[in-house]
Amino acid sequence: MSIGKYDFNEKSILKFEPQEHEIAIETKNLQVYYGNNHALFDGNLQFERYKITSLIGASGSGKSTYLRSLNRMNDNVARVDGQIMYRGLDVNTSKINVYEMRKHIGMVFQRPNPFSKSIRENITFALKEQGLKNKNKLNQIVEQSLRDAALWDEVKDDLDKSAWSLSGGQQQRLCIARTIAMKPDILLLDEPASALDPISTSKIEETLVELKKRYTIIIVTHNMQQASRISDFTAFFHLGHILEYDKTKHIFTMPKVTATNDYISGNFG
Amino acid sequence: MGTKLQNNIAITIIRVIAALVVLILVLLLGKILIAGVPHISWHFLTAPSQSFESGGGIGVQLFNSIYLLVLTLIISFPISLGAGIFLSEYAPKNFFTAVVRMSIEVLSSLPSVVVGLFGFLLFVVQFQMGFSILSGAVALTFFNLPLLTRNIEESLRAVPNLQREAGMALGLSKWRTVTKIILPEALPGIITGVVLGAGRVFGEAAALIYTAGQSATNIDFGNWNPFNSASPLNLLRPAETLAVHIWKINSEGVMPDAAAVSAGSSAVLIIAVLIFNLLARVLGNSLYRKLTATK
Amino acid sequence: MEDPIKSKIQSTSKETRQDILGRCLTYLCIGLIVAIVLSIFIFVASKGIATFTVNKASLWEFLTGKNWNPTVTDASGKPQLGALPMITGSFGVTILAVIFATPFAIGTALYMTEVSSKKGEKILQSVIELLVGIPSVVYGFIGLSVIVPFVRTHFGGSGYGILSGSFVLFVMVLPTVTSMTVDSLRAVPRYYKEASLALGATRWQTIYKVLLRSATSGILTAIIFGMARAFGEALAVQMVIGNAAIMPKGLLSSASTLTSVLTMGIGNTVMGTVGNNALWSLALILLLMSLIFNIVVRLIGRKGRMD
Repeated sequence: MSIGKYDFNEKSILKFEPQEHEIAIETKNLQVYYGNNHALFDGNLQFERYKITSLIGASGSGKSTYLRSLNRMNDNVARVDGQIMYRGLDVNTSKINVYEMRKHIGMVFQRPNPFSKSIRENITFALKEQGLKNKNKLNQIVEQSLRDAALWDEVKDDLDKSAWSLSGGQQQRLCIARTIAMKPDILLLDEPASALDPISTSKIEETLVELKKRYTIIIVTHNMQQASRISDFTAFFHLGHILEYDKTKHIFTMPKVTATNDYISGNFG
Repeated sequence: MGTKLQNNIAITIIRVIAALVVLILVLLLGKILIAGVPHISWHFLTAPSQSFESGGGIGVQLFNSIYLLVLTLIISFPISLGAGIFLSEYAPKNFFTAVVRMSIEVLSSLPSVVVGLFGFLLFVVQFQMGFSILSGAVALTFFNLPLLTRNIEESLRAVPNLQREAGMALGLSKWRTVTKIILPEALPGIITGVVLGAGRVFGEAAALIYTAGQSATNIDFGNWNPFNSASPLNLLRPAETLAVHIWKINSEGVMPDAAAVSAGSSAVLIIAVLIFNLLARVLGNSLYRKLTATK
Repeated sequence: MEDPIKSKIQSTSKETRQDILGRCLTYLCIGLIVAIVLSIFIFVASKGIATFTVNKASLWEFLTGKNWNPTVTDASGKPQLGALPMITGSFGVTILAVIFATPFAIGTALYMTEVSSKKGEKILQSVIELLVGIPSVVYGFIGLSVIVPFVRTHFGGSGYGILSGSFVLFVMVLPTVTSMTVDSLRAVPRYYKEASLALGATRWQTIYKVLLRSATSGILTAIIFGMARAFGEALAVQMVIGNAAIMPKGLLSSASTLTSVLTMGIGNTVMGTVGNNALWSLALILLLMSLIFNIVVRLIGRKGRMD
């Protein structure tokens, strides 16, 4: 079958050997429909623990749709069929407690979206909701997560300022801090740097490389340099199909699929 | 150059019309304030009203209007909040939601006299509560609900979806996300709407004539026990408001200084409405600034 | 050992309960509103129909009869329940008010969207908000002390009547029609206008041929909303119309509307009597008219979307 100029049967999807790679999350035959529009076909990907995996592709390729399905942010928006295996469980069923699941699979969005609260409260809010009341413990988490997100030095004296007074890049790092304060297993990032300037972008990239020591990171990006700089694995999406998944090095130096090759060399269309 | 001339004439007419509308408002306000303000005195604002002789005040009516407004807001705000949250956050796209939206639209366009008559039928006739502040407050609630609900829904909708996703992605329940994150961000708009609605409620009379009644019983401002029938706080006493008072003295015409009292009362009502309008803006803006402030 | 995270995401938590509670609360509130609207219809309808079912009045005579005298019985022993004078009065003031208000509303809306500077627009915006905010009894009082004497000296008669009523309503519906017209003019895509101006059309030609045409359904909706407001307005009209439940002989003679007879009458009749039931029938007409205005707005909206 082919749509447009590429053959969607020409695929090369990496499979991990369970003995050699610890798999943090995996999808089997994931399909996403917006109404009658089939937006994602046969999502079969495995993500290795403590690695950064990039999802790349043109806009409308289904990469964000796929990412948002992983922690069920597409509930009520789209129909998602197939399995999402996490800790031996299929979390794409109605029996799963999505709130609890999202605490372990955190997400950072394309545009920074801090709450209209102080910098400190942005981080402590969800923790307090979970019942954490100890002031010292909370302060400790605020400092640690801001340090992890490389924001501490810039805001340590203004923790009670409104988060909306920060610059866009700072806001996005605060959103990362807010998410990692929950100590998630997996960090999903949906083009986190697309609305930011180059300096903020490189800060966020440094942060992510640092964070992968403790988190499994899956990042959607339209910036190929970014994918090649920071990620260990890369998946290429095209028109709702995942055509190639491999080590980042392989994808960018010797892609096996024609579409991938065209995309990374700029002959795409 | 026919078209050019035509254009100039048309634009001039538009300007004249706009100027006339401004003039109408200026004349209206001018007339009310010039005729009414000279009658406003401390005595006028605090003294009880007189039926057959001049020199009465509007103290009781003014208190009733304020008390009724407070009660109405206390009853209508929580209901509209729930309804507004339903419409903006929970409403599924189905027949039920369509019926709900239609109901709210119908309620908002019902003549207030019909709403008042329904209140009369339900409370005064069916429940035999007689003319009472409580009946009036409930009738005003019916009248206020659709507006407030729509305002809350719109204010909540104006908060970007990103904020909802932020809360949900942290594992918060939808309810907590809405009440703790979305609602505070929508607050400036909601407060503006509540205060503007309060202005409307303050001046409403048709819904009250047959619910809160047209008599201002003398109340004892020294007695604040709400269960005593002479207490200002008593919920079951009849309570003529300022707006109803204006209507009544003009329709019955037994008060010798009806024109002066009406003018004074109208001026008080208008000043109250102006204050509400101003307050809505100031509160909305200052809350908005507080949200984005660098504390 | 069992994975704690694994067991957590399989069991319910505080969040699950919060969501159920929240959902219930909001359904409760919305259910209450629907219940209120339903009971308004049921109560008023059951009362209003009693005139025809219990008191056996004829619906046709009720709608076309010219004599309203519920306490007096005619030769055949039936009370005189002709509501035509009030129906005429209500439609009379409504239609006249809208005829006066529409050109003003469109002119003001055009001024705000097309002619004025940002500052002028802001001023007009505040003017409209204030006009909406003025309570109807204050309009009634101004009508009584300014418009009635004005009509008396310049047009003759007692000054009370349909003309005075429609002057008062004109000012009351003006802000409604204006602000909705402004919304529909703003909804016209910018490039329509720019294309027209680029073709060399004058500002007025653009307004007349492009803007007003594209905004027609919106402006019609605004006018219907204005009519609904005028039709349902009670006290302001009642104070200036003269309250004579007879067929109006012209715009200058005392007349009455559905709302004015209701406000005057409910307190003076005894529940359950023919006279009282007949008033509820008037209330039912008001209710149905408000429903009809709603439906018309919907129909216009649907047609506007199809165009």
